Amino acid sequence: MTITTELLRVDPKDIAQSLTDAREKLDRAECDAVLDFSTVQRIDPAVIRAMEDLAAASETKSVKIVLRGVNVDVYKVLKLARLAGRLTILD
Amino acid sequence: MSDKIETLSEERIAYLEGLVRQARTAAAVFSQFTQEDADRIVKPMVLAGLKQAQHLARLAVEETKIGVMEDKALKNMVATEFVYNYVKDKRTVGVIREYPERRLVEVAEPIGVIFSLTPITNPTSTVLFKCIMAIKTRNAVIFSPHPSAWRCCFEAVRIMYETAMKHGAPEGVFTCLESHNLEDNKYLMHHKDVGLIDATGGPGAVKAAYSSGKPALGVGPGNTPVYLEKSADLDMAVVDIITSKTFDNGTICASEQTVVIDDEIYDIVLDKFAGLGAHICNEKETDILARTVIDPATGYMQPMAVGQKATNIARFVGITVKPKTKLLITPIKGVGPEYPLSYEKLFPVLSVYRAKSVEEALKVCVDVNHAGGLGHTAVVFSKDESVIQKFGEVINAGRIIVNSPGSIGALGGVYNDMVPTFSFGCGTGGGNSTTDNVNIYHYLNIKRVARRTQAHMWFRVPNQIYFNMNATENLRNFQSKSTLIITNAALEQIGHVDAVKRCIPPGTPVRVTIIPDAEPDIKIVKQGVEALNFYKADQIIALGGGSVIDAAKIMKLQYEFPEADLEELAAPFLDIRKRVVQYPTVKTNQARMIAISTTSGTGSEVTPFAVLTDKERGFKVTLADYSLTPDVAIVDPQFVMSMPRGLTVDTGVDCLTHALEAGVSIFASPYTDSNAMQAVRMVFKYLPIAFENPKDEEARTMMHNAACIAAIAFSNASVGVNHALAHAFGARFHVPHGRANAVMLPHVIAYNAAVPTKFMPSPNTRAYVAHKKYAMMADLLGLGGHTVEEKVQKLVTATEQLLDLLGVPRSIAEMGISREEFEAAMPDLAKIAFDDPSWRSNPRMPLVSELIELFWSAYNGRGPKTTEKVASKKSVEEMVTA
Repeated sequence: MTITTELLRVDPKDIAQSLTDAREKLDRAECDAVLDFSTVQRIDPAVIRAMEDLAAASETKSVKIVLRGVNVDVYKVLKLARLAGRLTILD
Repeated sequence: MSDKIETLSEERIAYLEGLVRQARTAAAVFSQFTQEDADRIVKPMVLAGLKQAQHLARLAVEETKIGVMEDKALKNMVATEFVYNYVKDKRTVGVIREYPERRLVEVAEPIGVIFSLTPITNPTSTVLFKCIMAIKTRNAVIFSPHPSAWRCCFEAVRIMYETAMKHGAPEGVFTCLESHNLEDNKYLMHHKDVGLIDATGGPGAVKAAYSSGKPALGVGPGNTPVYLEKSADLDMAVVDIITSKTFDNGTICASEQTVVIDDEIYDIVLDKFAGLGAHICNEKETDILARTVIDPATGYMQPMAVGQKATNIARFVGITVKPKTKLLITPIKGVGPEYPLSYEKLFPVLSVYRAKSVEEALKVCVDVNHAGGLGHTAVVFSKDESVIQKFGEVINAGRIIVNSPGSIGALGGVYNDMVPTFSFGCGTGGGNSTTDNVNIYHYLNIKRVARRTQAHMWFRVPNQIYFNMNATENLRNFQSKSTLIITNAALEQIGHVDAVKRCIPPGTPVRVTIIPDAEPDIKIVKQGVEALNFYKADQIIALGGGSVIDAAKIMKLQYEFPEADLEELAAPFLDIRKRVVQYPTVKTNQARMIAISTTSGTGSEVTPFAVLTDKERGFKVTLADYSLTPDVAIVDPQFVMSMPRGLTVDTGVDCLTHALEAGVSIFASPYTDSNAMQAVRMVFKYLPIAFENPKDEEARTMMHNAACIAAIAFSNASVGVNHALAHAFGARFHVPHGRANAVMLPHVIAYNAAVPTKFMPSPNTRAYVAHKKYAMMADLLGLGGHTVEEKVQKLVTATEQLLDLLGVPRSIAEMGISREEFEAAMPDLAKIAFDDPSWRSNPRMPLVSELIELFWSAYNGRGPKTTEKVASKKSVEEMVTA
């Protein structure tokens, strides 16, 4: 089976929407997703909720969600929100 | 956790988990906020709280039926305005404090999720206070209000939350349990995502918080004693006490409970209370109150009385009082179960006690303090500073309020400069972790970023050092009214004392004290001190080897500081800067000390050390302090020209060991290195010549200087493991110090040059450099070699060749000590060597097993990798090209 990987750039102005889009793509196809967080400086509770949904969906579908370019402040938030272990974070 | 899951429904657990998740998310997001972000939210919250102060107070009184609306409104204002005034300029994000001189920085880390219990007595003010603290420190809070104050607290949380959200706080930063349930509290107190429990409430809630195993801030119960001492401003005291005790009908746990009044002013004070609206209860009324407002079984107050007006309480228990009575005053004659009114009463009933003396008054206050109020609050009214100080010493209270109202005083910021709070830490006396007024810093994990600091170093030497042939003539520069020469008989016989006397300015009274040429004994020191006192000496000339100079140093110490306890001064220390026993500084007498060395080894003329023995009591101690350093050193080779060959070898090898060990010491510095390296070079060059041709003036001069220079190095950098081994071995087998050093030396160089099993902790050392320092010495000696390892090996070989040339026994076995005898001594040798302070500056921390290996290497002889045989004098000289 071929697994495709979708590269998605996260819009820093509407991170939650970017994550919702990613979630929809996951729902439509069996593919891993790489989310580029390199322009994201800060996240809010809505983003965390969207990421929790995304993580849950990836666990259900057994596909991998990879976050790339996460800065250390956002990384710490993901750790505190107990999300870092549910997603693959590169860099 | 399992017992809670069993008692809570799945729906309830899901609800509680939802609260925690929401708070956890908010706290995580909050961690990204800057100081400015947090401060931008705090101010509007404070303003909202101030605006709603009366509204919330009214809600609280309506719901709880406790307290006074006007006072609760004031409390809400203190909880916002006064707290804001304290926190507004405080840093709570990132670096919060800096200590540049300590190279230390404190950095704030939020706690995360705080589970907070709030009380019935101060419900809304406590919520406002905690919300402001939480936002200022970037934490999320889950509130669990007292069930009888839930609605007003919920409203206070709502106002704070909506204002905070409007100004950018993360969603979910405050939540409030929708209903009160002890099982909910238990579940949340044990939840892994709750970082801190802040329990302001009754003893049950506080105990539950502390029992949860979570970090908790708990507030203990109070029972505030007040001492009204006769020197006090009575009018002020009475008004303050009434103001405080009637404030919110006495619901603040810091409010006054029993006033202990001096006999002389007792009646006057009671009259003043009565004149300002208090009802002084008679014996019968007091007895009625004791039986009704306090539960006789537990000593706890009856809930129906808490926060009620005095007139209502009087009516309820059947006491007739005037309609505007503010306070019921109940005289009591003791403290404890027989006197229930001596316990905490969060309502306007105040006990008074007539004390016959200050002593009695303080004792009764201590009794009240121990009757349920340990660690909380106490009050004293007095103008007598000694009374205030004594009260502060004997009473165990986190807040000791002086000449001010207890309740409002304890809140802080109004009557004094304590930190404003609505949570009083009561310390261990109250079962709490702090005695502080709980504040923003208790809502933070404070991290210390500690940058590496270097120990201060120094380079201390005698004020003046005169050297080269006939340097003794410089004695003419020193005026004295009474000079005492300390020396030994041999030196006097060969004319050295006369040589010295000739150089002392004419007319100077000079006396000579002869001491044995052996390690100074306490008896000899005492005799010397007697002589110094008798002649009122202002100058001491020590003429001799290490033993004589050491004796003179100790005599001078005892002469200048008669109270100095030598045994105590010899107490061990790890770091001279932090030593426990300090040397005295205020001198009874003062004498200049001039040391003239007659051997070329110990360097005692410039060192801060002296060895002392007490033969009668069987102890031997090494004194070390820079105050022992002679004022003047004279390094005059005329006194060593006739030194016997054996002594030349022993002292010369000692000098080499000093230089080698100081060179690799963890306290070595560029200042000591220059001396250590130069001394190594001089010994390798001139010791063989002085050995072969004792009359060679240049060699003698250079060796005499080398000994002094090496001593300057080790006085400031110390020695190492070679000396520790030599001290233990030499003492056990009566081997002269130089020879004991010699037999260890090649093995110790190889040992220190190898990769250590354990590094020696040393802030001043940036890397392990002992092998490189040895290589540097090899380069200085021109020994050749391309790598560090080769150069170290060359140094070991050169050292062995030098020792061979000098005819020093090259193994312990060669000294005639049997293997069995040595083996039997080994446990003691290892123990003594490990206890020896010398190795504490060694670059490599020796394990006991390594000390044993070194002893055995020395026993067997020859360096570990040396293959070269005994060198001739010529080969040594050829190696030394520098």
